[in-house]
Amino acid sequence: MPGAYEVVIGLEVHVELHTASKIFCSCPNRFGSVPNTNICPVCLGLPGTLPVFNKKALELSLRAALALNCKVNSFSRFARKNYFYPDLPKAYQISQYEYPLGGIGSLDIFKDGELVRTVTIERLHLEEDAGKLLHDEEHASSYVDYNRCGVPLIEIVTAPDLRSSEEARLFLETLRRTLLYTEISDCKMEEGSMRCDANISLRPKGSEVLGQKVEIKNMNSFKAVQRGLEHEVMRQTKILDKGGRISQETRRWHEDKGVTSEMRSKEKEQDYRYFPEPDLPPIVVDDTMLKKIRAALPELPVTRYRRLMNNYGLSAYQAEIITSEQSLADFFEETLQNYTQPQKVANWLLGDVLKIINVVAKEINKTLFTPAHLAELLDLVDEGQISGPTAKEILEDCFKNGKMPAVIMVEKGLGQISDTEELERVVAKVLEENKAAVQDYEGGNKKVIAFLMGNVMKITGGKANPQMVTALLKKKLDK
Amino acid sequence: MKVNKKEVEHVAALARLTFSPEELELYTEQFNDILEYINRLNEVDLENVEPTSHVQPLKNVLREDCVVTSDEELRQSVLQEAPEVEHGFFKVPTIID
Amino acid sequence: MLILESAIVNEGKIGGIYLKLYEMTAYEAAQCLKRGEISSQQLVKAVYERINSVEPVIGGYITVLDQERVLAEAHRADELLQKGQAHSPLAGIPMALKDNICTNGIPTTCASRILSGYCPPYDAFVTARLKDAGAILMGKTNMDEFAMGSSTENSAFHTTVNPWDRDRVPGGSSGGSAAVVAAGEAFFALGSDTGGSIRQPASLCGVVGLKPTYGNVSRYGLIAFASSLDQIGPLTRDVRDAAFVLDIIAGHDKQDSTSVPGKKEHYVSFLGKEVRGMKVALPMECFGEGLKNEIKDVVMQAVEKCATVGVHFSEASAPSTKYALPAYYLVAPAEASSNLARYDGVQYGLSVRDAENLLALYWSTRKQGFGPEVKRRIMLGTYALSSGYYDAYYLKALKMRTLIREEFAKIFKDHDFIVTPTSPTVAFKIGEQKDDPLTMYLNDIYTITANLSGLPAISIPCGFVEGMPVGLQVIGRPFDEGRMLQFCYCLEGLLGIKGCMATINVKEGK
Ligand SMILES: [Mg+2]
Ligand SMILES: [Zn+2]
Repeated sequence: MPGAYEVVIGLEVHVELHTASKIFCSCPNRFGSVPNTNICPVCLGLPGTLPVFNKKALELSLRAALALNCKVNSFSRFARKNYFYPDLPKAYQISQYEYPLGGIGSLDIFKDGELVRTVTIERLHLEEDAGKLLHDEEHASSYVDYNRCGVPLIEIVTAPDLRSSEEARLFLETLRRTLLYTEISDCKMEEGSMRCDANISLRPKGSEVLGQKVEIKNMNSFKAVQRGLEHEVMRQTKILDKGGRISQETRRWHEDKGVTSEMRSKEKEQDYRYFPEPDLPPIVVDDTMLKKIRAALPELPVTRYRRLMNNYGLSAYQAEIITSEQSLADFFEETLQNYTQPQKVANWLLGDVLKIINVVAKEINKTLFTPAHLAELLDLVDEGQISGPTAKEILEDCFKNGKMPAVIMVEKGLGQISDTEELERVVAKVLEENKAAVQDYEGGNKKVIAFLMGNVMKITGGKANPQMVTALLKKKLDK
Repeated sequence: MKVNKKEVEHVAALARLTFSPEELELYTEQFNDILEYINRLNEVDLENVEPTSHVQPLKNVLREDCVVTSDEELRQSVLQEAPEVEHGFFKVPTIID
Repeated sequence: MLILESAIVNEGKIGGIYLKLYEMTAYEAAQCLKRGEISSQQLVKAVYERINSVEPVIGGYITVLDQERVLAEAHRADELLQKGQAHSPLAGIPMALKDNICTNGIPTTCASRILSGYCPPYDAFVTARLKDAGAILMGKTNMDEFAMGSSTENSAFHTTVNPWDRDRVPGGSSGGSAAVVAAGEAFFALGSDTGGSIRQPASLCGVVGLKPTYGNVSRYGLIAFASSLDQIGPLTRDVRDAAFVLDIIAGHDKQDSTSVPGKKEHYVSFLGKEVRGMKVALPMECFGEGLKNEIKDVVMQAVEKCATVGVHFSEASAPSTKYALPAYYLVAPAEASSNLARYDGVQYGLSVRDAENLLALYWSTRKQGFGPEVKRRIMLGTYALSSGYYDAYYLKALKMRTLIREEFAKIFKDHDFIVTPTSPTVAFKIGEQKDDPLTMYLNDIYTITANLSGLPAISIPCGFVEGMPVGLQVIGRPFDEGRMLQFCYCLEGLLGIKGCMATINVKEGK
């Protein structure tokens, strides 16, 4: 019976911080190096080594806490989370437990310009990443690369506020945008710098009691999160429909097969034996520190979204798309420094420019096309030097070779004929050659003006300024 | 509080230790002796006492975000200590969760 | 300088000098080096000869370094000394390090099978400091496995005997360090102290042992037992040597986040200063039940001697001392259970690879790698932290730490030091307490409070019972090591028990 259940989802998102070095040692925080090269005695947890906390990691996580409206706890400290796994060389992860850096916060998620939900953030804490395991089933072995070990992470835990897999995806997209804007992380799910586990349960519609939750792991893209959760909703619905019970467990998503499977049952749930990390003194955040971080906080996407609507009269839809990427919003506002009509810029960006961007699959600031290009292009159109279709042609060339629109126009001879004398000559010629049409017009059939215009264009190879031609034709005919 | 063999076995599992039945017997007995001694703590009213997890009043001990790359010599001596290395990876037997 | 003079005067041949050189204190040896009377190479050779003669009996070392290699280092030290470029008083002086202090490329095993043959790829902070000072490493000393024990019987490799009586333990866990210093196999040694592991063996072997304030000496490179309690400190033949060694190893280290920044003290400068008017507290909890009368008498006699130079003594009370041991046996094992989880056969050390899967690798490696006491403490600590027991055990122990700290702080409001016996007994017989963990734990009853509260504490020899040395413990305010050494230096002079080497009872060459 579809629609009989309400879906309840909470997310745990791990995000790698964009620091130069690791959280507790000076090894580079770098993706894609030769295995076991970004390692040292500290991040390998060799006997006798001790951690020293990276200042930048603290600053970035404070910035994240502020960006997510979290209450920053004035006292926080690290704790050890004890468990055995070969990717964890000390057999404990330095994390935070009863005193996390960030307390309750929130993040608004929107769809088509409408606020969908304010999602409560339960906590934000700092921890170190583990190494990476490669499995070789054929040889019954696994291989460990400790390069990632000790990369700084923040873990963001939401309340069970999300009500569909789509909302989960929207939340992640908004979170990613926020963290990109604030330069906290590069949030690349495919490189693992942003990872997401989900807790999901179903309950009869109208019920206040939470159903038995299941944890889903290994969803490695935004799409995977949505697909994985959709699959899990289906799986749980089927069980509940048959009167079955959901068992408390952790399940793994298999992207290739499109299914989840049991990873660990309740009985095997870990006892992490958290206790305060004796090797690291506590973190005390005072107002001065917080003020400094707040002052350096860049504009958040949601603030920019509202500002674009208020300052430039953009629609919610336009503002949402333009702020979806920081580079696009920057592009928009930079164009307006040299060109004054926001609607036209928005229309071009959302239309032809994005079409090309989607084809080249690059962020706009990584292409040859700059705000100066767009401003000049729009000026040429306004000045009547080029027509709309010509402008589109020039736009494509800008992306290809980075030349300025005026240069392309001249080189390719695409300029519009706006010379009154020349146009008058052509108009006179067309009227002379189409007497019948002129008579029709005088007889009241005003539509023939389009036919006459077509002839002017034929003669000028489409370069005649259409507004001027219309005006000239009318002037002559109405006389 | 007294512990039985089953609890001791559970703790052993958490700590990735194994014991023979005789060892288990002995450990359970010694465990209870020690716990009995430790339970003296219950004589003291600790309700309103703050716990001490660090004896020195240090806070915010931070390092600058500077990179130091380990040299190849260090990497080699680390790999040399490893029980099994293949293609620069540490090798372990199959993981069964 | 009496010993030194007799050593030189009494010989005629060079070989004779070697035999006696090892008896000097580090300071005396350094003076000779400075005056050019002897060379570091001569000192090293003398110590090697001593090691060759007594080590088969004492068993203080796990690793003795290759003589050629060590002599080459002594040669370098001699060059610097000759050029007047040796700026440290310890340049050219042979020393030993406990085998839980990391030494680059030299086995560091914690006396455990699980680290047998393990060579760290880096030096501990203290190792680097001493190397820079030009001290010459002779070897790594025996200990209780992972520093868990009070007799050195828990070493996976061999037992160390007490140089004063071969049938007795040297104490522990730094038993090897105490024994080699007492036996003339090194001029000084470093140990580590988590619950008394420097002071108790120092007491039992008749040497000086100092546990600095928590945070005064960097723990970087000390293989952790209980991170919130561990401190490295010197074991020496007299108080002055302790000050010299502490001068080298103390001070802030950026690699240890619990290392306390501040101005660097010059501990040696405190020696010889006036002690008149100093106020000492005698906590009655440490002089009552459980303490042998003979030991109490020896300690009290020392106390009375002090009174003759204007030191005031008064009774005090720290009632929570009674609960220090139970609190310690929660905190230390809990932290140990976490610190020792990394020994799993994946990255280094013992790895029992007959296992067909990872879990089996963990089981077999840890089963074969750890000895019974280590397993016992891992179990106890795991239990104390496990879900449902944290509040009942671990948290209570942390609260107890607060009470103990507060009581001590209160005593220090109107006292400079606290004096107690170091150990409730003299060295006991080998095997006597081995199968009774709880009795063994009681050895640390007077020393543990200093660890729980992070305070500095030192043990100096103060007399003999049954022909065995007795230690007196002085506990001070945080970072007050300077004045503690000042006080102990004076007391040592009053007692006339210095350079115990003269009465050492080793039956050389059997
Ligand atoms: Mg986490
Ligand atoms: Zn590192």
